[in-house]
Amino acid sequence: MAELKLPVSEESIRNLKVGDFLELSGRMITGRDAAHKWLMEDYREEVAPFMKDSVIYHCGPVVNQKDDGSWEFVAAGPTTSIREEPYQADVIARYGLRGVIGKGGMAGRTLAGLGNSGAVYLHAIGGAAQVLARAIPRVEKVFMLDEFGVPEALWVIEVDRFPVVVTMDSHGGSLHDKIDEVSKNKFDELLGR
Amino acid sequence: MFEQVDLKETFTELVRRASTELPGEVVEAIRAGRNVEEDGSLAQKALDTILTNIVLAEESSAPLCQDTGTPVVWIKYPVGVSTRRLEEDFTEAVRRATELKYLRPNAVDTLTGRNTGNGTGRAIPSIHFEEWDGPGLEVRMILKGGGSENVGTQYKLPDTGLEAGRDLEGVRRVVLDAVVQAQGKGCAPGVLAICIGGDRVSSFEHSKEQLLRSLGDTNPNPELAELEERLMAEANELGIGPMGFGGKTTVLGVKIGVLDRLPACYFVTVTYMCWADRRAIVQIDEEGGLTWLS
Repeated sequence: MAELKLPVSEESIRNLKVGDFLELSGRMITGRDAAHKWLMEDYREEVAPFMKDSVIYHCGPVVNQKDDGSWEFVAAGPTTSIREEPYQADVIARYGLRGVIGKGGMAGRTLAGLGNSGAVYLHAIGGAAQVLARAIPRVEKVFMLDEFGVPEALWVIEVDRFPVVVTMDSHGGSLHDKIDEVSKNKFDELLGR
Repeated sequence: MFEQVDLKETFTELVRRASTELPGEVVEAIRAGRNVEEDGSLAQKALDTILTNIVLAEESSAPLCQDTGTPVVWIKYPVGVSTRRLEEDFTEAVRRATELKYLRPNAVDTLTGRNTGNGTGRAIPSIHFEEWDGPGLEVRMILKGGGSENVGTQYKLPDTGLEAGRDLEGVRRVVLDAVVQAQGKGCAPGVLAICIGGDRVSSFEHSKEQLLRSLGDTNPNPELAELEERLMAEANELGIGPMGFGGKTTVLGVKIGVLDRLPACYFVTVTYMCWADRRAIVQIDEEGGLTWLS
């Protein structure tokens, strides 16, 4: 399994292909439904440096605040990415993201955006909240916690060998499109049409 | 009645169990799936990760999945017990479980977007009561995650596009369609909990209730038992696989319930449950003795 350090260059990202296993290390940010809307309503200068050449993780964690006021992730798997389809390609371009981590894959607009911007879609294992929380040793800071609540806030985190699979690359490849087609053909066969 | 039992504490423990431990037969079904996938495939790696996750969650008493879902509860109670008190106690248990990080603060005010912060809100938890002749309480709960809830769906038959008429062949066709539409988005491999009939509301409720059945049970209606088996086999031929990565393990179980219907209506409701098929049951006898089941 290849290790990928964050932040990462466009060139390294363009070398990735569907099916590649990666372990990510470095700093990234979480963001899901409320965050994507917010990121496109205006240019959010305060979070931009945490996104440039890094990745956004579609995740609404369970968190614990320790006695010294610092945070830790108690459970932290991916959420379904397709809800961010209306925003994702624009968020990638606007903030210079090199990737998105989520589950379930995304659609055509995002796939085109990955090609245009030089970014990839990285699939984490849905529901594997304990395995993945253990790959997040540190929570650096949090944005919009009061406004959005724990699951929807933007958490800046440090990850250590965080396991993902490339399922959409910057060359138009999508595992999700392929499986969609295979299963629909089989479905037609089962229905005798 | 039940003064000798701290119901809030018992319900909190029930929530902890549901969030952190999977029923044994669900784990076995995931392991069986893992063993039929090709060595080194994405599907097998996904299931290996899931099996590791199950062990870690139980060992550390922490949520299997960060989306701890909606607590949906069915409570059977004896004559004379206050359902209002049971509701208050269960709701308080959800608050405590949220405080203890067994649950994520998971209730959002729909209009303002504000998280209530304590895990409870309007219709959260979702509690169903049934008075019975027994002297004790039986409390059965599931934690129903949002990703899988989003791929749940309801059909009305006939459905011209799917050539699905008002019979079990029609049911088969729409259920397979639901699996294809869901792809991996509901965290496959999932459990299909189905209700045929009812009105729009009762059909969804009764489909969810199917999730209280053990994966290994047999439907008492032989025709439905056969359809459950067939749908399980056919769904697993679709090639969607764990997480939608491709593979042989798309569903872990299919459970079908039936309600009567109006002449004009024929609903088929499919509730999709993710692999984290979280269920916990406690029976409380009149002396306050507790029996924990899953």
